[in-house]
Amino acid sequence: MPNTQQLQDLTTQVRRDILRMVHKVNSGHPGGSLGCAEFFVALYQEIMDRKDSFDMNGIGEDLFFLSNGHISPVFYSVLARSGYFPIDELNTFRLINSRLQGHPTTHEGLPGVRVASGSLGQGFSVAIGAAETKKLNNDSHIIYSLHGDGELQEGQNWEGIMYAAANNVDNIISTIDLNGQQIDGATDDVLPMGSLRAKFEAFGWVVVDIEKGNNIEAILQGMAQAKSLTGKGKPVCVLLKTVMGNGVDFMMHTHAWHGKAPNDEQLAIGLAQNAETLGDY
Amino acid sequence: MKTYTNTGNKDTRSGFGAGLTELGKTNNNVVALCADLIGSLKMDEFKANHPERFFQVGIAEANMIGLAAGMTIGGKIPFTGTFANFSTGRVYDQIRQSVAYSDKNVKICASHAGLTLGEDGATHQILEDIGLMKMLPGMTVINTCDYNQTKAATIAIAEHHGPVYLRFGRPKVANFTPEDQTFEIGKALKLTDGDDVTIVATGHLVWEALEAAKVLQEKGISAEIINIHTIKPLDNKAILDSVSKTKCIVTAEEHNYLGGLGESVARVLSQHNPTPQEFVATNDTFGESGTPAQLMEKYGLNANAIVKATETVLKRKK
Repeated sequence: MPNTQQLQDLTTQVRRDILRMVHKVNSGHPGGSLGCAEFFVALYQEIMDRKDSFDMNGIGEDLFFLSNGHISPVFYSVLARSGYFPIDELNTFRLINSRLQGHPTTHEGLPGVRVASGSLGQGFSVAIGAAETKKLNNDSHIIYSLHGDGELQEGQNWEGIMYAAANNVDNIISTIDLNGQQIDGATDDVLPMGSLRAKFEAFGWVVVDIEKGNNIEAILQGMAQAKSLTGKGKPVCVLLKTVMGNGVDFMMHTHAWHGKAPNDEQLAIGLAQNAETLGDY
Repeated sequence: MKTYTNTGNKDTRSGFGAGLTELGKTNNNVVALCADLIGSLKMDEFKANHPERFFQVGIAEANMIGLAAGMTIGGKIPFTGTFANFSTGRVYDQIRQSVAYSDKNVKICASHAGLTLGEDGATHQILEDIGLMKMLPGMTVINTCDYNQTKAATIAIAEHHGPVYLRFGRPKVANFTPEDQTFEIGKALKLTDGDDVTIVATGHLVWEALEAAKVLQEKGISAEIINIHTIKPLDNKAILDSVSKTKCIVTAEEHNYLGGLGESVARVLSQHNPTPQEFVATNDTFGESGTPAQLMEKYGLNANAIVKATETVLKRKK
């Protein structure tokens, strides 16, 4: 099991991957990706009980579903660095004939991806469906999912959230990336959603807050608490408070880098703030 | 001319229910989901036999499609059930991304398709669903004609890996296909041999085509009737073989002529053997309230309409 320093080193390297991937093709979504780097590293390195090799059915292991598919850079980097496909393949992000499509898909057969996402609001339903199949298969493993906070404006989420509580789907931990930003600005300016805790609780979920969503130890602690709450008849929601663009000072606390790539100079600054740890791809 | 006997009117949705009941007994991986229409979809028996494999999702079709996509991960074969309108148009993007693009083994089973839903009117009568579904890469599209064929198709699609749209309806219609006929996806069935015209029909229009053939025979016109239960993948060979003999064709469907079976047939013909074609279909319109028979008459979707279309196409034949 890696220690905290090793996880932090990996996180730094993942940030470099994200910046270099979107810079190379001058497209992609660095802001949300950077904000979730610690979460993905913790999830794939520590939290999930997963097999080294990939098969679609994933019987006998924890599964993860990414609903806000636009943060594919962090997903791809962590999948590659967790051994699902060669790290060099990160070079092909968003290029023609690549398995690393702009948004994640099963269509090109990329190991680690179990459903396409990008059109928002569909991940809750898919993850809950996978959790139901785990129960039918008497598989005690957990389903993890990640959703954007702005994404919760899509109505389908609430159909799934209502269903899961009503049907005691208690083998799922769904995390909301609470960065408070979306494309057009602050979530509170675009369409304020009020208290997400109150909403999830009203729908019958148990809610865990992780206030320091960019701190690996806080994530590990919060997710361990979330896991301890599974199997008790209620689905579990984690409200993960993150900073969009975390780790690159000029990208932080703004929606400006939601879907914009850094230029050469900005890339250099970003990389200087995140010195190479495990080796670039 | 070979004739067919109606063994008693039955609804195609009950054929679906019977097929699902049988699958429940023979295939432990089959699960069923329904959006508050268990009685309408005839899913009661499956639910009673296998409560642990039945999922009532409430009035939430988008969630139902997503749940079904997720349930395939781990090896289940989900069958979703609601009306055709709510199975397609309402959830198009969910089907597109979570099912079709993700290559999930989901069977979207849709009742109350077309005008024959009747009195509920246009909000519930979809005439665009074949088009919507056939445009999705990888989607198989099936429209069955009677109870027996719907039951057989329901059983057959469980063995096919990949997304399927299975379309059937509400009214009791003639049941005439053999009870023991196996269902082969993509394989058209020639019902009668004929020399003068090919009539390719799908769904409720197949029986109407057989009725039309009797009238045409009295007029000295020999019609070759093809039951084309699978619209995608289309049995190109069956169509091309038949028109190479008859030199003209009528297509018949309970659907808009835009995007339906007729257009698929026209594409095959224009590429391989341009042939005069007439369309028995709705003419880019919504439906309305009425009895199924009244609606099929008003919108030109019955045996009478097929006879007229045949007479028109025969005049165009070279």
